[in-house]
Amino acid sequence: MSDTYREMWRELNMDLEKHDVFLGTLPVAFGEVFLRQDNRPAGMAYFDNALAEAHGGRIQEILAGKKAGRMVAGTFCVFAPEELVFAVDGISIGLCGGAQFTVPTGEQVLPRNLCPLIKSAMGFKLDRICPYFQAVDFLIGETTCDGKKKTWEILNEYVPTYVMELPQKKGAADLVLWEGEIHRLKEEIERRSGREITADRLASGIKMANARRDALARLYRARRADPVPISGKDALLISQLAFFDDPERFTAQVNSLCDELEERIARGEGVTRKGAPRILVTGTPMALPYWKLHHLVETAGAVIVGEETCTGTRYFAGRVAEDGQTVEDQVKDLARRLTAINCACFTPNKDRVEDILRLVRDARADGAIYFSLQFCQPFGVEGRLVERALQEAGVPVLRLESDYSEEDAAQLKTRIEAFLEMIAS
Amino acid sequence: MYAIRPTGWSPREAGAEVLARVLDKAGLSRREVAYIVGTGYGRVALNFIDHAVTEITCQARGINYLTGKAGTIIDIGGQDTKVITVNEQGKVVDFVMNDKCAAGTGRFLEVMATAMGMDVDELGSLPENVNPVNISSMCTVFAESEVISLLAGGAAREEIVAGLHRAVARRVKSMLKNTAPATVVFTGGGAKNEGLRRALAAELGVEVMVPAEPQITGALGAAIIAWEGNGGAVAAVPKISGQ
Repeated sequence: MSDTYREMWRELNMDLEKHDVFLGTLPVAFGEVFLRQDNRPAGMAYFDNALAEAHGGRIQEILAGKKAGRMVAGTFCVFAPEELVFAVDGISIGLCGGAQFTVPTGEQVLPRNLCPLIKSAMGFKLDRICPYFQAVDFLIGETTCDGKKKTWEILNEYVPTYVMELPQKKGAADLVLWEGEIHRLKEEIERRSGREITADRLASGIKMANARRDALARLYRARRADPVPISGKDALLISQLAFFDDPERFTAQVNSLCDELEERIARGEGVTRKGAPRILVTGTPMALPYWKLHHLVETAGAVIVGEETCTGTRYFAGRVAEDGQTVEDQVKDLARRLTAINCACFTPNKDRVEDILRLVRDARADGAIYFSLQFCQPFGVEGRLVERALQEAGVPVLRLESDYSEEDAAQLKTRIEAFLEMIAS
Repeated sequence: MYAIRPTGWSPREAGAEVLARVLDKAGLSRREVAYIVGTGYGRVALNFIDHAVTEITCQARGINYLTGKAGTIIDIGGQDTKVITVNEQGKVVDFVMNDKCAAGTGRFLEVMATAMGMDVDELGSLPENVNPVNISSMCTVFAESEVISLLAGGAAREEIVAGLHRAVARRVKSMLKNTAPATVVFTGGGAKNEGLRRALAAELGVEVMVPAEPQITGALGAAIIAWEGNGGAVAAVPKISGQ
């Protein structure tokens, strides 16, 4: 590890010893999970490097930007309107936690029976081992679930946390509320960045976010091919990195990877044999560095062809209209994204079921895995409705609940293998 | 022909020993065995097998072979509890397993037995006509303190045990997702506990059958799959009797 990075981390007031231990666990996991795959696309090299530099080069970039006066905002949800951050030339970072390493520390201030994503994120801040957390000017939280909503009050003691009220229904009144929330966030961002958000600036922010959505949608279309040109693990890694990387560079890299994948498809080349069992994953987000489920499924001989998750289709759902002429109109357009994202925090949420059935058809999935992080109430409860709808449509479905620890890996493996045996017979 | 032993710390050694004992009983040499399927948690650790199949698929084949019918299998082992729905051809239609939690598994009963100073094998042989006490927690950790409080409060051991069996049976019932099964076969080490079988029958309102040797029905399914994997027809496998 270069001394420049160590100096940078020290300046960010990180716990260097703990950070060393944390980083020490990652190369091992990464090598085992990713580098042993057969026939990986050459375009993955960029993303491997982006992960390797996640606490190094990328932080240098962010700090250089900060020095030049750019605002840095941390977000926790696909609903956070990053377009507003882009409009002031700010830097937006998704900070959801996906590591068991920080869960015990998170549990020092949060109940143990809370979802691991929240506990891990909190732990990253308390442990001071996440340079992004150390670098942000403020956080944008939202009221998606009770766990997050109440956690912001505690997190606010450590780093300024602005909370948006996300409606839980999708009616006209809810859209009005959300529109107002976006206006208020706009004012907050203008105040913090010292820059006005004009229609021109917001238009370019919207275009930047849309371009990233388009690139990811293209990547997901490539995964419909049989044999599939890219593994589910690699696609997941790309989705996870979308939350951290520079959006324009990331978009360009995803598009050039897609060029390669489309050539592969034309040649009939893939990362698995043609006819390998195809699985759609649906449920809770899988934040970096959580790769457990994908690794178990793909080492069992199947391939994951899509994720209906916040680190999947929900991330790039809801392209925002680009023809808004005034800020007023643009904010209305941003608010409308609310209706396009089918998070389990909404009631009712019937569109999610339709979406999953459509994704199963599009991705030609042989079965679906409903994955819920332990103690996630919205997705845990909604599982029943989704499971029934899939069964009625004749789609085999396996429900799994897990957390970030490795202790249930053998149990999960048995269930996944049995599910694949069931699909094959 | 079969042999049973606890897995212990090395699934590979345990598997090798079981194989040696079975060969010995059958008077066969290793070379005379054409195809071996391994199953269960240690399946991937076995280095002498031709193919590994999960215990869920194997259990379904084994029980379907014994009953010849579609039905529901309740398997309660040390690690987990499974409910498997099988069709008439012995294929798995659906299955449910407990998540990362020992509630309702053999481990739950083991911990409770220890709390009462008993061996888990003794749980099933206590008198049956007692009033089960209410066990409100299915969490192994909380239920253990609950059992200790009940003992301290003077509850009879057999009443607590009956309460524990009923609690496990209710947990299993919730895994059935409100579908009333017609044929229920109970397997795994838990099936050796007659008190638990009675509690399941009472909660589910159906007859709960236990095979003659409930700990090897998964292995029986593996043997059938091996037989087929080697090109054999299942009908040629000699039947073992179930109850």
